[in-house]
Amino acid sequence: MQPFKPVLLEAVGVPDGQTIASYRSRGGYEPLEQVLKQKQPVDVVEMVKASGLRGRGGAGFSTGLKWTFLPKDHPGPIYLCINADESEPGTFNNRILMEDDPHQVIEGIILSAYATRASTAYIYLRYEYPQSWQRLQTAIDEAYAAGYLGKNIKGSSFSLDIYLHRGAAAYICGEETGLIESLEGKRAWPRIKPPFPAIEGLFRKPTVVNNIETMACVAQIARRGVDWFRSIGVPADPNNPRDPGSYGPKLYCLSGHVERPGCYETPLGITARQLIDEFGGGVWKGRKAKAVIPGGISMGLMTEAELDTPLDFAGPGKVGCLGLGTAAVVVIDETVSIVDFLHNSCRFFAHESCGQCTPCREGTSWSLRMLERIKAGKGRLRDLDLLAEIGNTMGMMPGSTICGLADGAAWPIKNAIKKFRGEFEDYIKQTNPQGWMVTDPVPALQIVGSH
Amino acid sequence: MIAQPRILTDEMIAQIEALAPRYPNRRALTLPALHIVNAALRYVPLQAVVEIADVLGLAPAEVQDTLTFYQFFHQEKPCGNVRAFVCRSISCALRGGDELLTHLCHKNGIDPYGTTPNGELTIEPAECLGACDFAPCILANDDLLKNMTPETAEAELKKPRARAT
Repeated sequence: MQPFKPVLLEAVGVPDGQTIASYRSRGGYEPLEQVLKQKQPVDVVEMVKASGLRGRGGAGFSTGLKWTFLPKDHPGPIYLCINADESEPGTFNNRILMEDDPHQVIEGIILSAYATRASTAYIYLRYEYPQSWQRLQTAIDEAYAAGYLGKNIKGSSFSLDIYLHRGAAAYICGEETGLIESLEGKRAWPRIKPPFPAIEGLFRKPTVVNNIETMACVAQIARRGVDWFRSIGVPADPNNPRDPGSYGPKLYCLSGHVERPGCYETPLGITARQLIDEFGGGVWKGRKAKAVIPGGISMGLMTEAELDTPLDFAGPGKVGCLGLGTAAVVVIDETVSIVDFLHNSCRFFAHESCGQCTPCREGTSWSLRMLERIKAGKGRLRDLDLLAEIGNTMGMMPGSTICGLADGAAWPIKNAIKKFRGEFEDYIKQTNPQGWMVTDPVPALQIVGSH
Repeated sequence: MIAQPRILTDEMIAQIEALAPRYPNRRALTLPALHIVNAALRYVPLQAVVEIADVLGLAPAEVQDTLTFYQFFHQEKPCGNVRAFVCRSISCALRGGDELLTHLCHKNGIDPYGTTPNGELTIEPAECLGACDFAPCILANDDLLKNMTPETAEAELKKPRARAT
């Protein structure tokens, strides 16, 4: 494979790479000036559509297509929200972009605001990133001083303000309508769609919500061109007219039981095994992987035998995972009990369920209560069927919840029980020799607190 | 009704008002206002909620409704001078995050979410801090503590730190 020179992560390790001077010396903001002089907003939309860029936040929806859902000739205001509520366990690529190259992100935001005719952009930043907060605010101030933000940017008729808005440690604010509700000063309860945000979003106005890495990609497409972007990654499957392909570079976050955890940029489509061996230095301590999360915990699990799956938008789904998600690869070595893994996953989702939809609120907290009981040596084989039932019935896909948090909670349960059922059964039989076969109702050990 | 002294200072109110032009309505100032008060007081008591509502032209219940959604804002008493979030999500848990939390609570004689009697340290479990490349990690005020062991974390949390922004 040709060695790939990082583009999105170009500034990492560069002294003062976060400053506007450094960004300009690398060619930054020139594309923006060219666009403002020579192109109409619709040209930018067409450029991003033609590039095949798919949103990097998790769902992988076409960014250019999302922009076209905005009403034509709307009198405004139209809002652009940047989702920097990166909270998916295992994910930190946006943090690195915001800390090490905030101007790349800001240039992408300005280009995207121009394309969508937004004159106000809010960056919804999670509370846990104080350094990103400082770096972004400094960069925004620099961009105002240099005339890239504010009124009549670089002599054009285009004006834009970017504001930072800080969250308060809630995973659900990463769901785009939860984010909108939170920004409006309410509980971050996702909205029923339709209407989609493009029609009625923030402050009931047309709104686009895009991820930080997506913004960085927009800046690079403007700089390097559509052909460059499409030369990277996995082309669309000619036999599948619904596959839009997986183009461009991607930031993969590698963590857990690897020798060298970190954020690595490669073309979309690298396999998990390549990522672990070539970038991560292999599974730590010379051990083997038992399971690997392909893209944040809500995507489920791949087994060791499935590690040659390409991590493009279509890959993880072929081995029963939910999708590529945030491309956060977490390696779990052979010494970890799958019961402990699933307990951790269920604890996370029970804590982060917003409580609005009953199947998710009850499903996540009951799955945690069952895992607590199994871990305490009081599990029954019947619990596995109950867990699978929860996994199969909560979520947008079975049609029982408003947002996808429940699908993300369900997938680790479904994958773990399907792919590691034998280990669960052995654990339950060994830790509960007297009661593993009982099928009568049993009480929970303790009440579970959640949001 | 006995008039209570106002909790929100003129400075806090000025900070809130400075953000008002950013939003088309005042309700959107709820979270920024809560952060401003929390940064100053290290908690947001009910009286402050009433006063924030007054500043924003909202019902106190509307502000309290939003506040309680996030487990972030304490209401009973202030957090410690250092507020430490110990990550327990999967990448940190695989490298000892849960054990780190248990150790730190034990050594400081408090339960999770508790504050030491001298008011120096609050320890809270956190979901993914987004620093999985440095697992297990802790966010102490504005400082990210990387690759912690029980011993290094214990020593780090004894150090005085600048207040969280």
